[in-house]
Amino acid sequence: MAVLLDVASWALLLAGSAFCLIGGLGLLRFPDVYARMHASGITDTLGTMLIVAGLALQAGWTQVTIKLVLILIFLLFTSPTSTYALANAAYNSGLKPFLAPDRDLDGEAKR
Amino acid sequence: MFTAATIAILVAMGMALARALLGPTVFDRVLAVNSFGTKTVLLIALLGFLSDRPDFLDIGMVYALINFIGTIAVLKFLKFGDLGTPGGADSDSGDAGPQESRSQG
Repeated sequence: MAVLLDVASWALLLAGSAFCLIGGLGLLRFPDVYARMHASGITDTLGTMLIVAGLALQAGWTQVTIKLVLILIFLLFTSPTSTYALANAAYNSGLKPFLAPDRDLDGEAKR
Repeated sequence: MFTAATIAILVAMGMALARALLGPTVFDRVLAVNSFGTKTVLLIALLGFLSDRPDFLDIGMVYALINFIGTIAVLKFLKFGDLGTPGGADSDSGDAGPQESRSQG
């Protein structure tokens, strides 16, 4: 049983690390700020959730797990809020997203 | 295994830091610093497990809240040019806010 828990938590930790790396790579390589927000969302949701779940499996039913769940709840509340505020501020400052050359801002084909 | 996850997060933090230094607009930098802060929380939690001191999780919790408040404060400063301004109802409506004249670029 302990081995099973260890294997499960290692798998979760490795998957979370992989998602963090993917998010960081996207943050570095994507072309404009809106696309980079999309990449940073991977780190904020899946990376955080998987790593915290892996750590919680290592900790078992203790006070540590409660703290981990609290951290997860804080992050899940704050990261969408700050990303929304960031996208709002960027759009209001006149920064237009990159679009496909034949589409306008609503996704309609240009005439 | 904690070591592998810690190294992966450190590499991802390096990428976010590179974006924060390179970023063409200020919003890229704010986004990169916010992402860096999220990864820092994860790194603190992992370091607590790595060194068998789970008390680090309290620091991680505080860091998560400070990171959020810092991001919102920077964005408010960018929009209003002043942290003392009460944001009010028009702070997120988009078009009605007191837009300061801001030079592009």
